[in-house]
Amino acid sequence: MTNSDKNRLKDKAFQVFGIFCTLIGLVVLAVFLIDILIKGLGRIDWEFLTSLPSRRAARAGILTAWAGTLWILVLTTIIAFPLGVSAGVYLEEYARKNRLSNFLEINISNLAGVPSIIYGLLGMEIFVRQMGLGGSLLSGALTLSLLILPIIIVTTREAIKAVPGSIRDGSYALGASKWQTVWNQVLPASFGGILTGIILALSRAVGEAAPLIVIGALAYVPFIPSSPLDEFTVLPIQIFNWTSRPQEAFLINAAAAIIMLLFITFLLNGIAVYLRNKQQKKIKW
Amino acid sequence: MAKNNIKLEAKNLNAYYGDFKALKDITISMEEKAVTAFIGPSGCGKSTFLRTLNRMNDYIDGFRTEGDILLDGKDIYDKNIRVDELRKEVGMVFQKPNPFPKTIFENVVYGLKIQGIKNKAHLEEAAEKSLRQTALWEEVKDKMHKSALALSGGQQQRLCIARALAISPSVILMDEPTSALDPISTAKIEELIYELKNDYTIVIVTHNMQQAGRVSDNTAFFYMGELIEFGKTKTIFTSPSNDRTQNYITGRFG
Ligand SMILES: Nc1ncnc2c1ncn2[C@@H]1O[C@H](COP(=O)(O)OP(=O)(O)OP(=O)(O)O)[C@@H](O)[C@H]1O
Ligand SMILES: [Mg+2]
Repeated sequence: MTNSDKNRLKDKAFQVFGIFCTLIGLVVLAVFLIDILIKGLGRIDWEFLTSLPSRRAARAGILTAWAGTLWILVLTTIIAFPLGVSAGVYLEEYARKNRLSNFLEINISNLAGVPSIIYGLLGMEIFVRQMGLGGSLLSGALTLSLLILPIIIVTTREAIKAVPGSIRDGSYALGASKWQTVWNQVLPASFGGILTGIILALSRAVGEAAPLIVIGALAYVPFIPSSPLDEFTVLPIQIFNWTSRPQEAFLINAAAAIIMLLFITFLLNGIAVYLRNKQQKKIKW
Repeated sequence: MAKNNIKLEAKNLNAYYGDFKALKDITISMEEKAVTAFIGPSGCGKSTFLRTLNRMNDYIDGFRTEGDILLDGKDIYDKNIRVDELRKEVGMVFQKPNPFPKTIFENVVYGLKIQGIKNKAHLEEAAEKSLRQTALWEEVKDKMHKSALALSGGQQQRLCIARALAISPSVILMDEPTSALDPISTAKIEELIYELKNDYTIVIVTHNMQQAGRVSDNTAFFYMGELIEFGKTKTIFTSPSNDRTQNYITGRFG
C-alpha cells in the first residue's frame, strides 16, 4: 500500500467516524423528540391549552403556564432590550478604551457564564425582598433580564463591531454627531445581528425554571396574571411540577407541555435564523 | 502664488498619535478654488494631515495636535468651533468608496437630513443637483430608491462625492479617491475634480504622480512627517529644489 493510499484510507476512516459522531447527537435528539411526541401529542387539544391547572391530571391544562411564559417573554424583552442594547452601544461606541472598559468587558463575558440559579438568588434578595415585589411577574422578568443582559450586551457589541469603520467615517465627515451616526448608520446596519442575539437570549430565558423557582414562582396558579405584579407560573415550572408526580397521567401532561415549550423555543430560534439570513443577504460590505 | 485668496492654512502644526509624532512643524497654505495635491511615500503623514483639516482624527484615542489650522483665518481647533459645523464647510471623500447601505437617494441627502431638513421637494432637488454635478444623474435617476451598494466602484465614488457636495461645503478633501478604481472611472473622477475646482477648494492625496501632475495646481511633498517642498505643481515636477523631491517624483524611492 502506498503512502497516498494510506492517507486516503485515513481520510475515509475519519469521515465515517465524523458521520458517526454527528449521528449520535442527532439520534439522541430524535429519540427524545419522538418519545415526547408519542407521549404528549395526543394530549394536546384546545381544552388542554385553555384549562386551568388542576389536581386531577385529566382536567389540568396549561393556560396559566403559557400565559405566564408569554408575560415573562414580553416583560423581559421590554426590560432587557433597551438596557442591553444601550450598554452594548455605550461600550462599543462611546467608552474610551482603557483599563476600566477592559475590566468591564471581561466581567460581562464572565457574567454570561454564571449559573442561572445564582441570578435567582440575586433576584430573590434584590427584587423580591429589598424592593418588595414578591414572587411577581415583574420580579421574574427582572431576574431573567439580569440573566440575559450579558448575552445581549455581548451580541450587540459583536454586531456593532461588524459595521465597518468607513461607514462611521462617512457619516462623521458629513457633519453627523456621534449619536446621529449611531442612530442612523450603526444601529440600522447591525440591527439584524442585535435582534438575533436578543431572540436567542430570550429563548434561553423562556426555558429557565431554576431562577424563577428561587424567587418564588408557584406551580399552582389558578388564574391568568392580569398585571406585572401578579403571581405566576411558567411552562418549565409546570413541567417540573408534573414530572415530579408519580402518576402516569401527569407525565403525559408534562410531555404535552414540553412540546409546547419546544414549539416556542424552536419558533424563536427559527425567527433568529431567518433574520440572520435576511441580514446577510441585504448587506455585503 | 498670491493669485488667489488663502482658504486653508497650517501654521507650525505638530500632530501626535500618543508618543509618536506623525507631523512635524508643518506650515503650508492652500489657495481658494485651486487643487492642492499631497504626495510622498507611504506612512509619511499625508492622510494624517488631511484628516486634521476636518478634524476626523478627533475620534482616535491619543491623537492630539499643536499649532494652528486656519480655515478662512479662523482656527478650526478652537474651543468655540463646532465640529459638525466645520465638517459642513470641509467635506471629505475617502480612499475606498464608502456608500451607506441605503438607497442612492438616502445617501445623497444624508448630510441634509441630519441637519434637520425634511422637506421632500427640497431634498429631491438637492439630490438631483449634486448628482448632476458629479455626472451621475443620468446613470442613476431611474434607480434613486435602489441600494447604493449595487453601483459600480466608480459610480459609488462619484456618489460619495455627490454626497459631500450636497451639503455645499467650500473645501473638499480627498484621500486617494481613485486608488481603488479602474482607469476609466479614474479619468472620470479626475475630470470631475477639474470641474469642481471652479467652485471648491480641493485638497487631494495621491500616490499617482501623473494624477498629481494632471489635476493639481500646487503640490506638497511630504517625507517622514515633514513638509519637504511645496510649490506650483509645474515647478515641483520639472525643477524641484530638493533632492528628495526629485528622487521621489522620478520614482527612485517611495
Ligand atoms: N491611528 C493611528 N494610530 C497610530 N499611528 C498612526 C495612526 N494612523 C497613522 N499612524 C501613523 O502615522 C504615520 C502617518 O500615517 P498616514 O496614514 O498619515 O500616512 P500616509 O502618508 O497617508 O500613508 P499612505 O500613503 O500609506 O496612506 C504612519 O507612521 C502611521 O503608522
Ligand atoms: Mg494615507
